[in-house]
Amino acid sequence: MADPMRIRAALAGDTTTVRVLMSHPMTTGKDAHFITDLEATHNGKTVLKGMFSAAVSQNPFLSFQFKGAAKGDKVSVKWVDNKGQTRTDEAAIA
Amino acid sequence: MKKNLAMRPMMLAALMSVGLSAAHAQGSAADGIAKYREMLQDGNPAELFEAKGEDLWKQKRGPKNASLEQCDLGKGPGVTKGAFVELPRFFKDTGRVQDLETRLITCMETLQGFNGEEIAKTPFRQGEMANVTALATYVATQSKGMRFKLPQGHKQEKTMYEVGKRAFFQRAGTHDFSCASCHGEDDKRIRLQDLPNLTKNPGDGVGFAAWPAYRVSNGQMWGMQLRLNDCYRQQRFPEPKFGSDVTIALGVYMGVNAKGAESIVPAIKR
Repeated sequence: MADPMRIRAALAGDTTTVRVLMSHPMTTGKDAHFITDLEATHNGKTVLKGMFSAAVSQNPFLSFQFKGAAKGDKVSVKWVDNKGQTRTDEAAIA
Repeated sequence: MKKNLAMRPMMLAALMSVGLSAAHAQGSAADGIAKYREMLQDGNPAELFEAKGEDLWKQKRGPKNASLEQCDLGKGPGVTKGAFVELPRFFKDTGRVQDLETRLITCMETLQGFNGEEIAKTPFRQGEMANVTALATYVATQSKGMRFKLPQGHKQEKTMYEVGKRAFFQRAGTHDFSCASCHGEDDKRIRLQDLPNLTKNPGDGVGFAAWPAYRVSNGQMWGMQLRLNDCYRQQRFPEPKFGSDVTIALGVYMGVNAKGAESIVPAIKR
């Protein structure tokens, strides 16, 4: 199974900043292996959807912001790669 | 060397006009790199290796099915905080001076029952060697913000410092190079990378105080052993064996020189 992500989420004012560090080789070429889809949810509601390609770096870092969350809420991030592997991790908003 | 020093004021005067604009360009380039590093620091993938190392430290593994939590890194069994900034140091049980990576292998051998010699022979980033790098990243990170103070009380520690100093200045190979060729003077750079002067304390988070580090350009985590191996490769020397005396001696030399420098590990490099 893939190594865990590091997710940090912090609330400042009415905006939550989420920072995600994913552990993935993101290789191109003959033995391509890269994340294709990413979805972030807050209390089960989708706040971000992303389509990745092989152009994204190894061990990708993603940062995004959204509104409407409270401290202690859970933010969950899930990725799926082109080999069908997947990983889901979550963090509480600080 | 003395001749060069005597010539410098003359050359400086001659190059003054050119020198000013070059110095300006160098300053802004270095600032740009510093800014780039700052931006990367926010999402330093070294954290992934640190997390992996923490897991490996606590996990029961190896033929003896034991964790590394009783590993003595110089400050007593299981003490990780502050251990990194006092390594390499002399260890009574092995009777030799060891750096973080070789000491971790000793613990993997004695506590977990792994074959230490086999691990030391494993290429970097493969098998158990990849785990040693992750463990070193985790342990070193426990000393983030602390200042280097390598012990020099034992005779072997002093000997290693002297050996390291000689190895640092020894010129050889097809390019007649030494470590000192690049790292023996202030304010030198290669392309746009500032080169730390490792014959003294080069400052906080520079040189010995900046490894293990994640290299963005190749997505790899490097410990000091691999850093030294690559320095020798670039000098066209035969590459040193993992954990060999010369690598430990250079670690002692750089570490003692860096006394008082703050460790920023896990660092991030271009």
